[in-house]
Amino acid sequence: MPDLATSQTSRGASLDVRDVSKSYGDVKAVRDISLFVKAGEFVSLLGPSGSGKTTLLMMIAGFEYPDAGVIEVGGQDMTYVEPNRRNIGMVFQRYALFPHMTVAGNVAFSLRMRRVPRNTIDERVRQALAMVRLSDYGHRRPDQLSGGQQQRVAVARATVFDPPMILMDEPLGALDKKLREQLQIEIKALQRELGATVIYVTHDQQEALTMSDRVAVMNNGRIEQLSSPKELYEKPQSVFVADFVGDTNLLTGTVVDIGNGIASLDIGNGNRVQGAVARESGAGIAVGDTTTLSVRPERAFLEAGSPQGLSITCVDEIYTGHDLLIVGRLDTGATFRIRTKTPDAAPASGDRLPVAWRPEDAVVFPGKAPEA
Amino acid sequence: MSTNSSALGRTPAFLMLLPLIAVLCFAVFWPVANLLGRSFFAPDFTLQYYETIVSEPLYWRVFIRTFWISALCCILCLLIGFPIAYAMARTSAWRALLIAACVLGPLWTSILVRSYAWIFLLQRNGVVNDLLIDMGLIETRLRMLYTEGAVLVAMTHVLLPFMILPIFSTIRAIPTDLERSARNLGAGRFRAFLTITLPLSLPGVSAGVLFVFILAIGFYITPALVGGPRTLMIGTLIAQQITELLNWPLAGAISLLLLAVSIATALIFQRALSVGRIVGND
Repeated sequence: MPDLATSQTSRGASLDVRDVSKSYGDVKAVRDISLFVKAGEFVSLLGPSGSGKTTLLMMIAGFEYPDAGVIEVGGQDMTYVEPNRRNIGMVFQRYALFPHMTVAGNVAFSLRMRRVPRNTIDERVRQALAMVRLSDYGHRRPDQLSGGQQQRVAVARATVFDPPMILMDEPLGALDKKLREQLQIEIKALQRELGATVIYVTHDQQEALTMSDRVAVMNNGRIEQLSSPKELYEKPQSVFVADFVGDTNLLTGTVVDIGNGIASLDIGNGNRVQGAVARESGAGIAVGDTTTLSVRPERAFLEAGSPQGLSITCVDEIYTGHDLLIVGRLDTGATFRIRTKTPDAAPASGDRLPVAWRPEDAVVFPGKAPEA
Repeated sequence: MSTNSSALGRTPAFLMLLPLIAVLCFAVFWPVANLLGRSFFAPDFTLQYYETIVSEPLYWRVFIRTFWISALCCILCLLIGFPIAYAMARTSAWRALLIAACVLGPLWTSILVRSYAWIFLLQRNGVVNDLLIDMGLIETRLRMLYTEGAVLVAMTHVLLPFMILPIFSTIRAIPTDLERSARNLGAGRFRAFLTITLPLSLPGVSAGVLFVFILAIGFYITPALVGGPRTLMIGTLIAQQITELLNWPLAGAISLLLLAVSIATALIFQRALSVGRIVGND
């Protein structure tokens, strides 16, 4: 363990997860996952519940041991090291503050365990509480604080011993939207200041996109895609990612033509649509295949004469403030949504509207769309 | 619930309680008050029965023995019960159920049956003596029945569930994330237990100790059967005064002292609990 009494600046540690698997009985929670996180990077594990993201985090923290594979932190093999010897900070879902200790007692716990001298502890606790703007709350009990304040105590407790890596397990899940957005910014700023590597588990895609350097989308115990937020949103590599991250329209159809990376699909009722073939699956798509096209509502527009030649019947329009969401129905019966800047003349229910998008703004994946 | 609806709901609730209150008054409060009252009159007001108790060393010995055995029984129940309660609270559901069945099984068996079982085990020609002789550990049969040790073992067995259940429910209410959090912050298994789980389980420990102690000092059937006349405890003494000596006033006086001790113990524990909360805080 590093000398915590004297170390004032912390640098992040890299994380190297190699071929890690974990099963609970017949349930394969994590299937052969590999993940490399650079020192100081902020990486989110994003996925629905049961996707294995929490299990992976628990194995990095040392509360679960993998059935196979290696977990290295800062180049050291940590796979089977006891959790108390890993020197990794962690913020739990429900904060897990010790109810029988004061706020200062909670923050001091890790330093007491490391036998840091008493006056150093007092100083470090003061600094940590000041950092999360809770200087005057040291003597309070956790249950005397609001949810947001408890969350900040949990962050102070997880960072006071300068860990090179901090794990966060849906730390903002229990807070309301406004507070969540504020704390997202605070956590991000704190992480930049500390320089620690952060692994952040969440099921909130907005949160993952705003905070992370890179996002690992998990599904069914596997990482579906690991890339920057921008690439994740604009170049999803699977139907699951396109559907889970952000809002999208999914259209299933048969490939009738491929050229220059653009596939044309027949989606029934004589409708043809076009989109770029997903990079990862490029080789896997041929004429005659059943495929799924994904197009974001804000990338589609109301205009005739595009190669798509598609029309919808307007079912509903929802004013959201910064734009207008038009919900329509295709001739095939599928729902199709468009986000557009508030037009001069809003369409009314029952109107026939022409719809188009640029082929390169849509992505085509092999296989059928998942049932909604 | 609004004040209005609770005010409306109060009257019928009270009416429904009336039969119970009537039964309690006639079957419990009145006879108890009567018994306790008799200890002060012979037939005029007197404290002679209390003087008898204070001046007679036999009664002193019985009181001291009762508290001594009850305290030991508490400690034994705690030492055996805490690990069981902890295991029950922290293991998988079906294992917890299995342990619960073993713990609660005795609770559903008659105390009489359990006490006779101990007689069967501990008597001169009993199972334990047979076993020890067969194993060659002893040559002559040991006298185990009708000793303080026998009373202690049998009482611990009978009262163990009353220690386990409150501790179990307290530990189960402690989120496992707290222990994990302590481990993550650098505490080894044992320190995490010592600094987090143990202090947070104290309310349950306190309730369990209180249950066991108060039940133990007033225990009757088990000490009477397993302890015999030599290992007299307060409960047996009271029964003896009433059924054999027909000395109701003296029985009343002993009962009042027992009741006073029970209430005092409960109050002390309540206080110790709130003090414990403050101490455990940091």
